[in-house]
Amino acid sequence: MGNLGIIFKRELFSYFATPLAYIFVVIFLITNGIFTFDLGGFYLRGQADLLPFFSFHPWLYLFMVPAIAMTLWADERKTGTIELLLTLPIRLSDAVLGKYLAAWALTGIALLLTFPIWITVNYLGEPDNGVIFAAYIGSWFMAGGFLAIGSCMSACTKNSVIAFILTVAICFLFVIMGSPILLDAFPQWVPQVLVDAFSAMGFLTHFDSIAKGVLDIRDFLFFAVFISAWLLASAIVIEIRKAN
Amino acid sequence: MIEISNLTKKFDQFIAVDDLSFTVKEGEVLGFLGPNGAGKSTTMKVITGFLSPSAGTVTIDGFDISKSPIEAKALIGYLPEGAPCYGDMTTLEFLKFIAQVRGYRGDEITRRVQHVLEEVALQSVSHQTIETLSKGFKRRVGLAQAIIHDPKVLILDEPTDGLDPNQKHHVRELIKNLARDKIVIISTHILEEVSAVCTRAIIIAEGCIVADGTPAELEAQSKYHHAVSVKLTEGYDLAADLVGIAGIGIVEEDSAEELRYTILASNGNPIFTQVSQIAQVKHWPVTEFHVSRGELEDVFRDITQQAQGEA
Repeated sequence: MGNLGIIFKRELFSYFATPLAYIFVVIFLITNGIFTFDLGGFYLRGQADLLPFFSFHPWLYLFMVPAIAMTLWADERKTGTIELLLTLPIRLSDAVLGKYLAAWALTGIALLLTFPIWITVNYLGEPDNGVIFAAYIGSWFMAGGFLAIGSCMSACTKNSVIAFILTVAICFLFVIMGSPILLDAFPQWVPQVLVDAFSAMGFLTHFDSIAKGVLDIRDFLFFAVFISAWLLASAIVIEIRKAN
Repeated sequence: MIEISNLTKKFDQFIAVDDLSFTVKEGEVLGFLGPNGAGKSTTMKVITGFLSPSAGTVTIDGFDISKSPIEAKALIGYLPEGAPCYGDMTTLEFLKFIAQVRGYRGDEITRRVQHVLEEVALQSVSHQTIETLSKGFKRRVGLAQAIIHDPKVLILDEPTDGLDPNQKHHVRELIKNLARDKIVIISTHILEEVSAVCTRAIIIAEGCIVADGTPAELEAQSKYHHAVSVKLTEGYDLAADLVGIAGIGIVEEDSAEELRYTILASNGNPIFTQVSQIAQVKHWPVTEFHVSRGELEDVFRDITQQAQGEA
């Protein structure tokens, strides 16, 4: 096991050593249930798919994911353990990636634990399980995108509450970028290329198509590039700001 | 060997470390002294690779900390200021984590952790989470993680800060035992610690070296070096008896203690024999009579205040 794995294990373990992981998973499951069955009209729609379940995920992640991301680096800086971590014989990339992957794994675990809803829909009808599988992966990638923003914001400050607020704000921006409400608000004279580029950066643009079962490698590529870019930014911010 | 040459560290416009150069060899225990804000911690952070230098180089056994950080860091054990540890882990889990990162695998991890738990006497708290430990234990956990891989270079930032006298003694003994074939750098502002464990002391102020020598050499710079301190039973004019005797300087009256006088040596040579002969001949009403080695504290104050005055 390389250093990346060792750090990943330590981080993931520490989520479960405190109540954080359990609270996160439980709240995630409860809110998911409310959104899907109450607001999403899961039964009323009479359709055997999980669209009402997945379509609320961007909004759910908007608040849940920054809550895990906020401590990633802010706490290390606050308690001084960042000095311990970064004077160990490890690469900065191992530390950034190891911590990030542990948080991402936690969101993955929370997502996996929603399996009863998948069982329910399979019991009630005959859904396209391929679409559901793709949507799960898409949802997880989107959580990863939120988390990568959170990692960078957490690296910017010692204060995890500030990290939380910044992350929510920036995530919100990326969620609504692809929404029609915002796109319609563009004045006529703005070139279409710019509007398209803007919309292409939006999470909803990519997630909606994945959730509906339109599997386009470019949507996954978007999230992969997006995550890499924000993680790179995290590393740069840590390098610059660790002295403060 | 650690070689530090022309090391400079700037934060924006503030120069924390200014063109610092020194080398430390195996077997040396270097005490790094200086008033608060003198650049001690910053220097240590640069040596350990946490901060990158603005200019200059740090080489550890031939590995440049900026160019080959992984190799250099592998040689170093570091206790950062305040001994930060992951509070949500137990002592055992934390030390296992460090042992893994330090490259140990399988049974070797358990052996290393057990060894270090014994060495710093942490067995009793090995299953407690670190955040529940007392300050002394936390400090020892920090020390344990620094020495777990038997590092060639040990860098300790205020290792005994906040410990009680017994714990201080214990940590100092530990450092002395570890020091034999290693390079140890400790920063401290407790000067007795330097006399107790260090073979060499460097005093820095405003980011520059203002003194470098063995603790004894530094003590010799004190005006109280070789001074004779006497306690009398009744008032007596000592100065009158000592006038004109070579090597004997002025007589100082202690401001805190009545009838306590200090006879200074004027040129740094021992004056005990002369003074004791005169005392016998003149029948001084003496109850106490001893030679002072000179206080590191005086030297420290003189040198650092001088440096601050010039700046």
